Amino acid sequence: MMLQIRNLRASVGGKEILRGLDLDVRAGEVHAIMGPNGSGKSTLAQVLAGRETYDVTGEVLYEGRNLLVMSPEQRAVEGVFLAFQYPVEIPGVGNLYFIRTALNMMRKQRGLEELDAMDFLALAKERMKLVEMDQSFMNRTVNGGFSGGETKRNEILQMAVLEPKLAILDETDSGLDIDALRIVASGVNALRSKERALVVITHYQRLLNYIVPDRVHVMANGRIVRSGDKHLALELEKNGYADFEQDTAGGAFSLVGAMS
Amino acid sequence: MSAVQKKELQELTSRDYQYGFVTDIETDVAPRGLNEDVIRLISSKKNEPEWLLAWRLKAYRHWLTMEEPRWQNAHYGPIDYQDIIYYAAIKPKTAGPKSLSEVDPEVVAMFNKLGISLAEQERLSGIAVDAIVDSVSVGTTFKNKLAEVGVIFCSFSEAVQEHPDLVKKYLGSVVPYTDNYFATLNSAVFTDGSFCFIPRGVRCPMELSTYFRINQADTGQFERTLIIAEDDAYVSYLEGCTAPMRDKNQLHAAVVELVALERAQIKYSTVQNWYPGNKDGKGGIYNFVTKRGKCAGANSKISWTQVETGSAITWKYPSVILKGDNSVGEFYSVALTNNRQQADTGTKMIHIGKNTRSTILSKGISAGHGQNTYRGLVKILKSATGARNHTQCDSLLLGSECGAHTFPYIDVGNPTAQVEHEATTSKIGEDQLFYCRQRGLPVEDAASMIVNGFCREVFKELPMEFAVEAQKLLSVSMEGSVG
Repeated sequence: MMLQIRNLRASVGGKEILRGLDLDVRAGEVHAIMGPNGSGKSTLAQVLAGRETYDVTGEVLYEGRNLLVMSPEQRAVEGVFLAFQYPVEIPGVGNLYFIRTALNMMRKQRGLEELDAMDFLALAKERMKLVEMDQSFMNRTVNGGFSGGETKRNEILQMAVLEPKLAILDETDSGLDIDALRIVASGVNALRSKERALVVITHYQRLLNYIVPDRVHVMANGRIVRSGDKHLALELEKNGYADFEQDTAGGAFSLVGAMS
Repeated sequence: MSAVQKKELQELTSRDYQYGFVTDIETDVAPRGLNEDVIRLISSKKNEPEWLLAWRLKAYRHWLTMEEPRWQNAHYGPIDYQDIIYYAAIKPKTAGPKSLSEVDPEVVAMFNKLGISLAEQERLSGIAVDAIVDSVSVGTTFKNKLAEVGVIFCSFSEAVQEHPDLVKKYLGSVVPYTDNYFATLNSAVFTDGSFCFIPRGVRCPMELSTYFRINQADTGQFERTLIIAEDDAYVSYLEGCTAPMRDKNQLHAAVVELVALERAQIKYSTVQNWYPGNKDGKGGIYNFVTKRGKCAGANSKISWTQVETGSAITWKYPSVILKGDNSVGEFYSVALTNNRQQADTGTKMIHIGKNTRSTILSKGISAGHGQNTYRGLVKILKSATGARNHTQCDSLLLGSECGAHTFPYIDVGNPTAQVEHEATTSKIGEDQLFYCRQRGLPVEDAASMIVNGFCREVFKELPMEFAVEAQKLLSVSMEGSVG
């Protein structure tokens, strides 16, 4: 088992957001996690990546080891990758320099030789094709002046270069037009492999037309309330999340109309 | 901030100042304290002409009438001027004229330890160095090679002996002996420094640099640098400095004067890494320096680039007097304060000539309990028709106990002038750090990358060797108070 989550709870400022979540992910699988806004999807992504703003209890085993005691950078070195929903800008730092530094840091930690500038450039150029990025990307700063679609493609480029074992894609489809969605999805599909697991977090079924999942989970109120195969996503598309409203404690939010 | 992150940061903060060693060299020191006899002693040790002694004494007598200024945004106890040693010279092992091969091997070893080569055969860096320890120059490299093209590059003391007319003509012409408390003190007691003269039409074939080292305890360093670029001349000059770790504060009150004649260009870069004191603020250098350039000729240009990471207190405003029409003044600065360091730094751009232009780009980084102040004056005189200035001040805060302050003074006396001022303050983002760490970068690497990105516009103004040095220095000095 690549990822085994048991009774995961996370709260921030005394407010519990994840309320006892269980999930199993095997290598080679693609899991979609769907759910309304506020159900805790992004929190799950952040907690798995090691964001320190949350108080976390429960158990998360990654390749049989306790993930929760590792620092964010350790997790990254061990092969956990998060494609951010809102990738942050880092002024003055070149995009390619950033990715190369990240790759070499990981290679060093794993006892591999660092790539020199030329070798890295060759690798980056090849991977940039996956997300149809042109050379002009190389000279820009990290997410500096990127459009929404460009930041998402840049996330997938980093994933393609860093080659993680477990990739968590947090609403990678949000804010994308149909062409950008197709590019991002085909990039992700190219990275599917027997050794790699993907957890795809999305609000909309649309993305799953392109990235076909092995399992679909519905999150509501900090838990996974239903799991199924890809047909579950289609069902959600038809009925919305309203069916799960009764599962939520207190029904604090309205889901009707959340789907379009 | 999590416990783990805190612990990592604490480990980082305990990182030591790596230039803090003391070299045991036999040194000739003047008696502690300041009076006319000490000034006469300094002047006679240096075999100075009568006019220079008279100038020193005039400055000293004027200094006695002045009061130490306290308006700066920095706090420190009283300085006991009678408890400072004003002259400390390494005793030469051989008598007679000084040549590089005769420099004390201990001194050469000290500079090697600092990463500065005094051996001319190591031409790789292509930089000529004047090495100054405490009060005297211990050697200047590539002097002969520079002389071939007419460039004079030597210690100030030597210039007084060999080129007294030039010294007499320009000394005090940009920073008069009455200028300010510390410049006046310097005028009375200055001991050495560098002298550069680039004759008409000459582009100086290599970078010139001075490396300042304080070694002796309880001394003050009062050096004086004078750079003159005649018509159509060009020079790029670098300055570096370090000092041993000591519990007592040491005073460094230097004066730098630059003169650019018609179409001349002077590029002056500083990487300042004086001992900053320990993490509780004990010890460290008081860096109270007056630096000023005069664009005396039309179409001349003076650029100051500074990276200030050291000193307990940094207090300086490298300035440009834009006298010649169409002359250009630039100031690019990175100032970092960590632990208990304080910096009150910026520039003054005085526009006198027509169509004069100035650019100010200041990047302040505060960490720990550091206090970082930008103070700048843009003054457009009535005569400065068509003058333009652009100022940008950015501050970056690392942690919540530090401070950033901006005091821009703008004084416009000509209605055709254009003056722009932009300022930003940001906190190093939790989001930025997390993003970098998720890509495998440890906290300190992440913070260092973010800060270096923040400073990039200034670093690109530095000569290549210095830019690399500055980046490394910044990473070490930051000691990662991130949160």
